[in-house]
Amino acid sequence: MMFDQEILTHNLMKDYIRELAENGQRVDGRGFHEYRPIEVLNGTFTKAEGEAWLKLGETQVLVGVKADLGEPFPDTPDKGVFVSNAELLPVASPTFEPGPPDEGAIELARVVDRAIRSVDAIDLGSLVILPGKLVYMIFLDMYVLDYDGNLEDSLTLASLIALGRSEIPEVELKNGEIEVKESKRKLELKDIPINFSFVKIGSKILLDPTIEEESVSDASITVAINKDGKVCSVQKRHGTFSVDEILNIVSVAKSKWPELASIVREAI
Amino acid sequence: MPLYVERKPESLITEEGIRTDGRLPHEMRPIKMMVGVLEKADGSAFVEWGGNRILAAVFGPREVHPKHMVLPDRALVRARYNMAPFSTPERRRPGPDRRSIELSKVIREALKPAIFTENYPGSVIDIFVEVLRSDAGTRVAGINAASLALASAGVAMRGLVSACSVGRVGNFIVVDPNHDEDMWGDSDMPLAMMMESEEITLLQADGTLSEEEFKEALDLGRKAIRFVYEVQKEALKRPYYLVERRVV
Repeated sequence: MMFDQEILTHNLMKDYIRELAENGQRVDGRGFHEYRPIEVLNGTFTKAEGEAWLKLGETQVLVGVKADLGEPFPDTPDKGVFVSNAELLPVASPTFEPGPPDEGAIELARVVDRAIRSVDAIDLGSLVILPGKLVYMIFLDMYVLDYDGNLEDSLTLASLIALGRSEIPEVELKNGEIEVKESKRKLELKDIPINFSFVKIGSKILLDPTIEEESVSDASITVAINKDGKVCSVQKRHGTFSVDEILNIVSVAKSKWPELASIVREAI
Repeated sequence: MPLYVERKPESLITEEGIRTDGRLPHEMRPIKMMVGVLEKADGSAFVEWGGNRILAAVFGPREVHPKHMVLPDRALVRARYNMAPFSTPERRRPGPDRRSIELSKVIREALKPAIFTENYPGSVIDIFVEVLRSDAGTRVAGINAASLALASAGVAMRGLVSACSVGRVGNFIVVDPNHDEDMWGDSDMPLAMMMESEEITLLQADGTLSEEEFKEALDLGRKAIRFVYEVQKEALKRPYYLVERRVV
């Protein structure tokens, strides 16, 4: 299990969740394909170029985008650098411990990163100042503050909002000298790739699992859909799915995209 | 200055569907599998798949270290995917990077559903995947090798796990993407299944696929995996072929 959630869910609760699921119900009364309430907090919480504090039910995440200048990677001299990192803060769960990111945190960051990168949601080509020498580096730092399941989707939503809100200082090269100007430029979002996470409990497929649903689940998967309704990233995690279950998951995710995309657009 | 610079071919696929290595969209690269290649490991396998050279070894079920990781009711399964420093054109820094850590996790999750972990309470099954030479599709080749190593170690399994990648290059869904397609293709989708029950144990994707393309990719992947499964079964049985002689 990803973060040792097992100890967080009492056996009685586990049986209850499974029993409910078989009868088409969830503990919080939601439908199987229904999200918990999503809220984007107002206010400024960081010194980031763009940020978003997002609540998905009881799950809370804070994402900040910072920009810097640096050298591009040698194999992509004509592209800016985009780096993602996720931190599971010890404040977010009694099972999270301080220290370097574990495999769960690394996978999480990479799943969010992959959705964004696979459709070039950020135009890295527009972040070049001097090809091969000087580019913008965009750092996407994801903080998990309170963990009640489905970090994938909450972090993706918060990341898209934070990126879409980002304004970075304009830079000019004058006789080889870097001049940082007062004016800012927007980091444009060219696409809205959204991750949709599902768990399988018995024979049922549930969208947006809580921590308890995650801990009793037999299998889990995250599917990203972009603005054209295309699958742009998939990550199956524990357990197994049949081909038909996967196809069904993809079409549910596709049908949910407009609803979530409008939340992202509104928040930006 | 990097010594090795990757060059993108002018075209990845012709209108007739001829790929950069001359294959057709549904054609796989040559595969070679060997079981029991290591002496000290409880189970091992070596897989050659196109230009990939992958070694897998299994230790266990054995005692768990560190002790606090013990699971009282089932076996702990650990997997480590590692790329050798000399496995890529440009030397890799030894040790796990973020990609290797993620791949170790998904490989473990691809194999674990196949293992009867409840048969070995309190023990650990360690799976090691060593990429000696990489040529696109190392994780799926590694899963095939590791699955063979598990079976040859005598670990009780629900079935073999077989794996293959599929991808999209332009309008073509291609099976077993090669290096060029992996680098510059439009989409890449590694897939692993337990073929007997047709359960998917690994599914990742990177790059866009429409719903129809996704369906087609899953279907093509399943067909390819069926083939890989047959090769695996034969590789496992080969050392035990019945020999019969009649004394005249």
